[in-house]
Amino acid sequence: MLEYVWLIPFFPLVGVIINGLFGKKIRNEAFIGGLATAMVASSFVVSCGILIQLIGMEPEQRVFQKVLFTWIQAGTFKADIGFLVDPLSAIMIMVVTGVGSLIHLYSIGYMHGEEGFYRYFTYLNLFTFSMLLLVLGGNMLLMFVGWEGVGLCSYLLIGYYFHKKSAGDAGKKAFVMNRVGDFGFLIGLFTIFWWLGTNHNVWTINFVELKQASELLPFGGVVTFATLCFFLGATGKSAQIPLYTWLPDAMEGPTPVSALIHAATMVTAGVYMIGRMNFVFIKSPTTMLVIACTGAATALFAATIGMAQNDIKRVLAYSTVSQLGYMFLAMGVGAFTAGVFHLMTHAFFKACLFLGSGSVIHAMHHALHHGHLHDDPQDMRNMGGLRKKMPITFVTFLVSTIAISGIPPFSGFFSKDEILWQAFSNPYHGTANVVLWAIGTIAACLTAFYMFRLVFMTFCGECRINPKVKDHLHESPLVITIPLMVLGLLATFGGFIGIPKLLGDLFGGIPNRFELWLEPVFEKSTEYAGQYAHAGTHYGHSVEGGLMLLSVGVAALGIGIAYTLYIASPSIPQRFTARFPGLHQAVYNKWYVDELYDFLFVNPCKALGRFLWKGFDVLVVDGIVNGVAAVVRGFSGVLRYTQSGFVHNYAMTMALGVVVILAFYIFR
Amino acid sequence: MIPLHYYLVVSALLFSIGTVGVLTRRNAIVIFMCVELMLNAVNLTFVAFSNFLGSLDGQIFVFFVMTVAAAEAAVGLALMIAFFKNRESIDVEEMNLLKL
Repeated sequence: MLEYVWLIPFFPLVGVIINGLFGKKIRNEAFIGGLATAMVASSFVVSCGILIQLIGMEPEQRVFQKVLFTWIQAGTFKADIGFLVDPLSAIMIMVVTGVGSLIHLYSIGYMHGEEGFYRYFTYLNLFTFSMLLLVLGGNMLLMFVGWEGVGLCSYLLIGYYFHKKSAGDAGKKAFVMNRVGDFGFLIGLFTIFWWLGTNHNVWTINFVELKQASELLPFGGVVTFATLCFFLGATGKSAQIPLYTWLPDAMEGPTPVSALIHAATMVTAGVYMIGRMNFVFIKSPTTMLVIACTGAATALFAATIGMAQNDIKRVLAYSTVSQLGYMFLAMGVGAFTAGVFHLMTHAFFKACLFLGSGSVIHAMHHALHHGHLHDDPQDMRNMGGLRKKMPITFVTFLVSTIAISGIPPFSGFFSKDEILWQAFSNPYHGTANVVLWAIGTIAACLTAFYMFRLVFMTFCGECRINPKVKDHLHESPLVITIPLMVLGLLATFGGFIGIPKLLGDLFGGIPNRFELWLEPVFEKSTEYAGQYAHAGTHYGHSVEGGLMLLSVGVAALGIGIAYTLYIASPSIPQRFTARFPGLHQAVYNKWYVDELYDFLFVNPCKALGRFLWKGFDVLVVDGIVNGVAAVVRGFSGVLRYTQSGFVHNYAMTMALGVVVILAFYIFR
Repeated sequence: MIPLHYYLVVSALLFSIGTVGVLTRRNAIVIFMCVELMLNAVNLTFVAFSNFLGSLDGQIFVFFVMTVAAAEAAVGLALMIAFFKNRESIDVEEMNLLKL
């Protein structure tokens, strides 16, 4: 089965070619959507086969490389089109193809009747192809191709409704901000390649060879520079401070796209990249601290913004940014397994939340459309009481919300608690660990609060939609609810593959399968970290258990506050905003970060562009070109008089010329 | 036996007359005839030198010149007829349509 790993990205590529070339002629929605879904589902089947085969192998042998052909060969530089299968990429392909095929299925229902149906599925297949290339690529360059490919598809799909100016702008914003990060990625790649080559004559970009060669890299120094560059790439792709502002705007795209690209898969590419190159990152304690701090700061910062948004998708977008912050926090404290675990559980519950919100928007849109109303179907202030109208959506949404809030035994609890525990106990950053843990815990409380605020405002209380169209609200069709139910189940039970040892022992010694599974991938980093880690205190079971209870407690506290404010006494939020209008405005306007960026970067860039246009291009460049033309015209104006148009003049000139030439030869 | 330089002087005179004619006359046919005069002046020189040097090369060249002159006359006259059909004149002063 492993030999056929190339089939995994190949299937979606076939979908791209068929739908992309002939989709416009085919026009049959069932065929186009069915084909795209079937292609991703086929990849999922192959991925399952590969996973099963990997499980059957010895843990040390679970690394397989399949080289299709040599792509670039220039001197000492060699890049193959080759795939790398190991426990980490196996998890990623399972998530991408599994969640991906559910979202493809969902899209058939959600995008029904949209103009450019074939275009949508072509892009979605192209995205799946690129994402699979990213996670399966056996070297940094092939990974970068996938990295750029998903960025392109993200741009195309955010701008799917390109006739809306805001959608086009959001697409461009995402693309440009990603470019900033991609630049970092490339510099990092060059640095590692060049440094290993010139100093140790190891010219390689292959991950397996790099892992061997990572012994040669120093702690800090050039590695700090390279990994910071890579991390810049990760902040762009995974929406971390300072490059996170594109993700909330990316909600202009269709909702399934938000679920697939901007929640479950693409935005986790940065986390995956750090996990893939853990043996490089771990060698720079500075970078690890930067990653941890950025992650923690993003987790808290995005959570605060999420508390005051009214657009259902924007709340989820900020929640995604915040959860990605958790993953980076985990990466930064050296808990790679926990980060990847959260990546996986987050893919389940966040995809479910986004698809649930899509189902709500779909219903709202139809009802409002029916009544010819122009209210915003995404504004939670227009919702409320949808629980009875849309029971399946409500239940799946609720379990995912509980999961993201970190209530046991739902999946989010296991992954988030693992991250917080590792942030507290891992001895890499000394006292900073406690601060990181505290920020993470506060953000966990905020997460529970704003997510339950979302649920209460949308599904509970009085129905605030215009009473005229109240009866037109109804549950979405099966093609939409089936993916919701599957993802809801995954969000509920997905955490059981990574039960922490403390709890596992309570229930008769269940091992942490997830950790064991990923152990061979991160073995080098454990080894390197041991060389510089502080000999920190070893905390006992009681501390771990206490922190676990505390994290559940703060989540419950967040839920309680949300219940008080939005169910028990709904007048408090208004009183609060009336009391602190400045604070509310600042949070509502996303702390004015967009305005700050406009002031610091966008407007200076525009001014520079205007200067180069009006000043340099018009005056200097055009001046030189036009000046040359004017000089030539002046001379030719004079010389033109010799062209009299009279044959006699020409003949005379010719005869005189002959005479002069003859005279020259005779008398010289 | 007429000395060589007599031929050369006549030939030079003929050539000069032809050149002046080409440069001064306005009627295209006259210009054409003057060109023929110049060609024949050259022919005379060729023949004179051929005789003087006892070589046939010059006379062979004359055949070529006569052939070219015949071809030129054919093409030139055709051009002139075409021109006359359009402009009702063969005055070279009026052939100035390419002027700016």
